[in-house]
Amino acid sequence: MSPTGLGDAAALADGVRSGGVSAAEVLEGYLDRIDAREGEIHAFNLVTAEEARQAARAVDARVAAGEDPGPLAGVPVALKDNLCTRGVATTCSSRILEGWQPPYDATVVTRLAAAGAVAIGKTNMDEFAMGSSTETSATGPTRNPHDTSRVPGGSSGGSAAAVAAGFAPLALGSDTGGSIRQPAALCGVVGLKPTYGTVSRYGLIAFASSLDQIGPFARTVADAALLFDVIGGHDPADSTSLERPAPAITSVLDRGVEGLRVGILSEHLDGAAADVVARTRMAADVLAGSGATVEEVSVPEVKLGLSAYYLIAPGEASSNLARYDGVRYGRRVAAEDTVTMMTQTRSQGFGAEVKRRIMLGTYVLSAGYMDAYYNQALRVRSMIIEGFARAYGTFDVLLGPTAPTTAFALGAKTEDPLAMYLSDVCTIPTNLAGHPAVSVPFGVGDDGLPIGIQILGPALSEGTIMQVATVLEANGGVS
Amino acid sequence: MKDGWVMVIGLEVHCELKTATKLFCGCPNLFGDEPNTNICPVCLGLPGSLPVLNERAVEMAMAIGTALNCEIRPSTFHRKNYFYPDQAKDYQISQYDEPLNANGYLVLPDGFRVGIERAHMEEDTGKTSHAGTSGRIHGADYSLVDYNRSGVPLVEIVSGPDMRTGEQARAYVTELRAILVATGASDGKMEEGSMRVDANVSVRRSEDEPFGTRCEIKNLNSVRSLGRAIEYEAERQIALIESGESVVQQTRHWDEDAGRTSALRSKEEAYDYRYFLEPDLVPLVPDAEWIDRVASSLDPMPAARRAALVDLFATDGGVSDAQQDLVTTVVDLSLDPLVIAAASAGVAPSLALARTANEAAKSAEAAGRLDPASFVALLALEESGALTATQAKTVLAELLEAGGGDPAAIAKARGFEAMSTDSLAAAVSEAIDAHPDEWSRFCQGDEKDEKKLTGFFTGLVMKATKGQADGKAVAAELQRRRG
Repeated sequence: MSPTGLGDAAALADGVRSGGVSAAEVLEGYLDRIDAREGEIHAFNLVTAEEARQAARAVDARVAAGEDPGPLAGVPVALKDNLCTRGVATTCSSRILEGWQPPYDATVVTRLAAAGAVAIGKTNMDEFAMGSSTETSATGPTRNPHDTSRVPGGSSGGSAAAVAAGFAPLALGSDTGGSIRQPAALCGVVGLKPTYGTVSRYGLIAFASSLDQIGPFARTVADAALLFDVIGGHDPADSTSLERPAPAITSVLDRGVEGLRVGILSEHLDGAAADVVARTRMAADVLAGSGATVEEVSVPEVKLGLSAYYLIAPGEASSNLARYDGVRYGRRVAAEDTVTMMTQTRSQGFGAEVKRRIMLGTYVLSAGYMDAYYNQALRVRSMIIEGFARAYGTFDVLLGPTAPTTAFALGAKTEDPLAMYLSDVCTIPTNLAGHPAVSVPFGVGDDGLPIGIQILGPALSEGTIMQVATVLEANGGVS
Repeated sequence: MKDGWVMVIGLEVHCELKTATKLFCGCPNLFGDEPNTNICPVCLGLPGSLPVLNERAVEMAMAIGTALNCEIRPSTFHRKNYFYPDQAKDYQISQYDEPLNANGYLVLPDGFRVGIERAHMEEDTGKTSHAGTSGRIHGADYSLVDYNRSGVPLVEIVSGPDMRTGEQARAYVTELRAILVATGASDGKMEEGSMRVDANVSVRRSEDEPFGTRCEIKNLNSVRSLGRAIEYEAERQIALIESGESVVQQTRHWDEDAGRTSALRSKEEAYDYRYFLEPDLVPLVPDAEWIDRVASSLDPMPAARRAALVDLFATDGGVSDAQQDLVTTVVDLSLDPLVIAAASAGVAPSLALARTANEAAKSAEAAGRLDPASFVALLALEESGALTATQAKTVLAELLEAGGGDPAAIAKARGFEAMSTDSLAAAVSEAIDAHPDEWSRFCQGDEKDEKKLTGFFTGLVMKATKGQADGKAVAAELQRRRG
């Protein structure tokens, strides 16, 4: 592998740390690829080339001075545009935050810098992470690098596409209902949604706070693990951050699946395309062949996940997005009085999908409706948690497809919100339970586009699900 | 209160906690600094920021709950959603159906018991100033917002609908204020807004009737306004009902200058706050050990401190009504340690109480800082006759102004020495000789005349001796001479 090739992050960091290659050289290689293909893909809202060059030079200076810049020394990382970066525009792909520059860095951004990583840009996303195709972005859609007539998935479509296109070896996304795993599957990269509370949300612009979690994209399971180990761990600035070390997973990836009890989640096979189901069964066979016991299992509660999610997430979002009122930052539409100013700012600043969810969320939290909708959804959420607990009494991990289909065509679902929502049907239950899950590429579908297999586990089982992913990754070419 | 009517009053009191930092971030809890200087991403509600609960604020809230005899319970935070420019996130983090403190009570000095439904934690908003003639957001030329107050910790104390008169409401707020100050959680300054009172008022024809429709009155900036507003509002409601109309449930604004309330918004216009559990915070579940630690660190509450002062008079047959008022004043101003110190040193409790409540109270803040030893030394001088009452008061004023000192030295510097009996007698003789008519009227006068003339002669002697004479000694000398 050449230092500027589509190499793995761990090797790049080793090269930079040992002085074999400079961080500056590594960076230029990626910037060249961005120059060559970004016009076609639109993975980024902003490429921070100059800031990145400065950071790379600083890394090289530390190496020259005999210091160790850290486990991600000189590794370019693309950041989803809902992660706050000090002095660098952070927009959530929304007109309402156009030009806003946060005065602070998200905790994950600070941790990346401390590990020697080089932030290369802010990636495109569905507006405020509301969408499954990156088509609700105010800056226009991102295209799937495997087929530019297709969507990359979403909402972290820019991050997934950036890694798939070789614009960066690593990227961060956020996953509220599948926004890391589904685009990872559609773009053929690895995407991990960690246990709720293992990665600090401080500086992640909230969509639905009880569901949002930041996680890594990478070309390999090992790289995703490396990035997770860097960003995870307790953060006193996030009250929902677990007060324990995040599971360190890099060191346990190669333990195999011997004796592991794997359940194929039958509900997630229902409704999935035939080629996706076939690949899922093939993945199960690979695991069985590697020493795991594999059985099909039903967790009927997960079928309620989508409905519950589309009440809980919009409910929280309607409150989280209230602050974009034109008073303090971002877009302001001048008007005669305060109420009109706020109304016009929001009417013009938010796109259609965001407005739809704010209205939905406002409705489900309203007096007289809250019990029938929001509170009922919370009860369903508890049932889903119980359903998973039952399954994890018998199985160590659950297996299924990440998305029901391979990447669909741009525009195919934009007129039909429900069809769009259904592309997250397999990923949403995990968020409601707060559990971790990883999507790992496992061959291609009939259309030649990537298929992702999702491995789900109970809270803090990142190490185990990534072991399974490692085995599938090694056998992904089997057809 | 008009005959044939009964008032029902419940009060909601917001109290700012005196923490060093805000409720959910590390910004200084200093309102009144240069606008928008004590702010950060959290209290400005910037995208991506998250709240972290201030442990000290929780302790202060628990102290308040303990002092109000509440159960301290596992609690949660909710979001109260409404749009307003001074609301940084356009929602307020507040406790809703699971408050930290619930089911307590407060006993007024006269023994009347007011239920405390809850005392919950929440964050304050920023402060908006509206430029233009209206002074309100509607019709303002422009508005300015200071977020220094945004995120300042508050405890909201909600009483039961237990009070029946404006006087009780005033007594409740006065006592609550004293309790809040005693816990160390608040400075209790109503005029400065660190303690804000909203009153819920309704009327009915008798205690047996169900509650009437209530109105909530806002903008009550003093205990006096509270009493006036409640009485105005009750009269307004009675007049409505008596004229065949009905009371509309609404929020009303008290106009101190006009002395009346006016409608702010009706129940139909009331916000739907869409409360839901705040997902950015975890439940607050204080353990028994923490609750005990807070309770055991509490100083005695005003009621106990008043009782301790009254106890000083036990051997003298208790306190008079006038002295009871002085006791209340002294405890309200937290000056009781002065009285206790003086009494323990053997000074007569009545003198210690009087000097504290009547003189020291005039500069209560300075008196609070005064070394009790110098106060005790001063009273000892007065009691021994070395200083007259007038002189003692002058020395006390100087002690307070200087922030302490040696009373004997101050007296000496001022030339205060007790007059010898001879010089006093001489001054009295001089006064009598100069006013023979008054003297003969004094000798034969009725009781009323005598009192007036005692004052007349004492005044003359005081003037002649430049205040050095002891008034009581002059009166005694006059009596002696009349025979």
